[in-house]
Amino acid sequence: MSANVAPASSRLRYSDQTNEPAGSRRYSSLLTAHDLAVSIGGKTVVAGLNLALHPGERLAILGRNGVGKTTLLHTLAGLARPEAGALELDGHGYAALGPRGAARLRGLLPQHQGDAFSASVLETVLIGRHPHLSRWDWESEADETLAREALAAVGLADLAARSIHTLSGGERQRVALATLLVQAPRLYLLDEPLAHLDLNHQIAMLELFSRRAREGGAALVMVLHDVNLAARYSDQALLLHGAGEHELGDSETALDAAGLSRLYGHPLRVIRDGERRWFVPKMPT
Amino acid sequence: MNRSRALLILGLLAVAAALSLLLALAAGSVALRPGEVWLALTGRGEGMAIEVVRGLRLPRALAAFACGGLLALAGALMQVLLRNPLADPYVLGISGGAAVGALAAMMLGVSANFGLEAAAFTGALAAMWLVFGLARGDGSWTQTRLLLTGVIVAAGCGAAVALMLSLAPEDRLRGMLFWLMGDAAQAGDPLPALLTLAAGLAAALYFARELNLLARGPLLAATLGANVARLRLLLYFLASLLTAAAVTTVGSVGFIGLVVPHLVRLALGNDQRLLLPAAALAGGALLTLADTLARSVIAPQQLPVGVLTALIGVPVFLFLLARAPRMDQA
Repeated sequence: MSANVAPASSRLRYSDQTNEPAGSRRYSSLLTAHDLAVSIGGKTVVAGLNLALHPGERLAILGRNGVGKTTLLHTLAGLARPEAGALELDGHGYAALGPRGAARLRGLLPQHQGDAFSASVLETVLIGRHPHLSRWDWESEADETLAREALAAVGLADLAARSIHTLSGGERQRVALATLLVQAPRLYLLDEPLAHLDLNHQIAMLELFSRRAREGGAALVMVLHDVNLAARYSDQALLLHGAGEHELGDSETALDAAGLSRLYGHPLRVIRDGERRWFVPKMPT
Repeated sequence: MNRSRALLILGLLAVAAALSLLLALAAGSVALRPGEVWLALTGRGEGMAIEVVRGLRLPRALAAFACGGLLALAGALMQVLLRNPLADPYVLGISGGAAVGALAAMMLGVSANFGLEAAAFTGALAAMWLVFGLARGDGSWTQTRLLLTGVIVAAGCGAAVALMLSLAPEDRLRGMLFWLMGDAAQAGDPLPALLTLAAGLAAALYFARELNLLARGPLLAATLGANVARLRLLLYFLASLLTAAAVTTVGSVGFIGLVVPHLVRLALGNDQRLLLPAAALAGGALLTLADTLARSVIAPQQLPVGVLTALIGVPVFLFLLARAPRMDQA
């Protein structure tokens, strides 16, 4: 991964800018979508989406409820078939990688955590090692160390032995994030990573995954609902307007009051605080 | 949990299973000491002991062991497939289909062991394909749909069984009732069931870590590299075949398939790599013990073993539910 890691400041490439030789693009981009069309239940989520996400980059997906953010994320993860177009993960199609090969390159944080059976927190986190173990392997001490480090990273070191059924919603969410850290993919696809988290943990988790992107050469795709956190913690933003209409661009420019007001169907205004912008919804008085 | 600890636990369970078999060979109207059982097994004892142990008790004990193991393993697999700790091997109508097949054969006057087994197995396979075909429907394959289809097919089989019982001639009724309650006395050659158990356990263990993933949800399993659609198909057919083999051999013995995986899960946790073989051993040992009790409690009268497992299973299950209310809520 060393030589191919692009600097954190490198940017998404768009289809109209990709006249460079196919080879260089192939080796630098972690996730590439060519002319991607995704739909669910006859409703178009995106059409003609072209993106190339490089190591170190963070993409935020924003849109209203039910617009298809989760469907798009699952498609990017190779778990759902796109209507049209092609996806490449580290230069390979999902079919060529196979489920196991894909699992070593990309990880997905599901929106819901279902625990039909009881298990300890540590066992649940160790599940993330699955793609790295061969069929008859058991988790080694090194794997357990990784799991404990991940639990410490999300602030749950003390709960390793607890039953998963006794956790609060926010704690359960952090266990799921720790499972993903233990999976150690290069591309993180996070479906509402901040759900159930209180404010300090929202910031801590975004910092944690941003550090993985900055220092570990990982790439992030996040479905977020907080526009201010999206503006602060993403390099690029993909706005899903519904009916297949989308906008993709630098977070700096793609996120503005007019665009966000249109996106959510609710007026927002900007408050400036030095360099930083804060989007605030207008509220009835 | 690591491999050496799992192997230690399985070793202990294997010893317990061997002891249950020894007890089954020793207990009965002709009581034998362990030494005598050993002599008889190796063919060096007195003639009658050899006849009793090798001719009568061993096939029956092995059949009970194999079927207990099959049912417990099938139950554990069904619980992962349906992601419901209260699922049992019969929930999808396999035993109902087998019962319809076996009772129909009995009504028609088939009494040979082989004929009955063939009829029961055919019935189980028919129910399995019916549920599979209907639940597949338009290609979707959801837990709810599978469960509902199975429950409805089981209800239909129940009605067919009741109809046959009410129409059956008096002299065949008792045999039919015993078959329905589960009875190891009617078991023939235990070898097919034992081989099915060994093959089924090997197949399940091959996928055990993927089953751990599936137990935590199909989406998570898919992101971590399991081929979920293939895995669920395999689970369905494996659990169904194991159930069919057990029901064919000893009839529909209840509660082993529900209670044993549950007990093992409470005691050892939910790692399928340990849970599956442990459930198979514990299920085998439990049914062997229950069958020994069934034929010796009010000897020479014999009880159907299924009644006994239910009589033991119900209070044990209720006790566990009351004791650990938060452990296994679906």
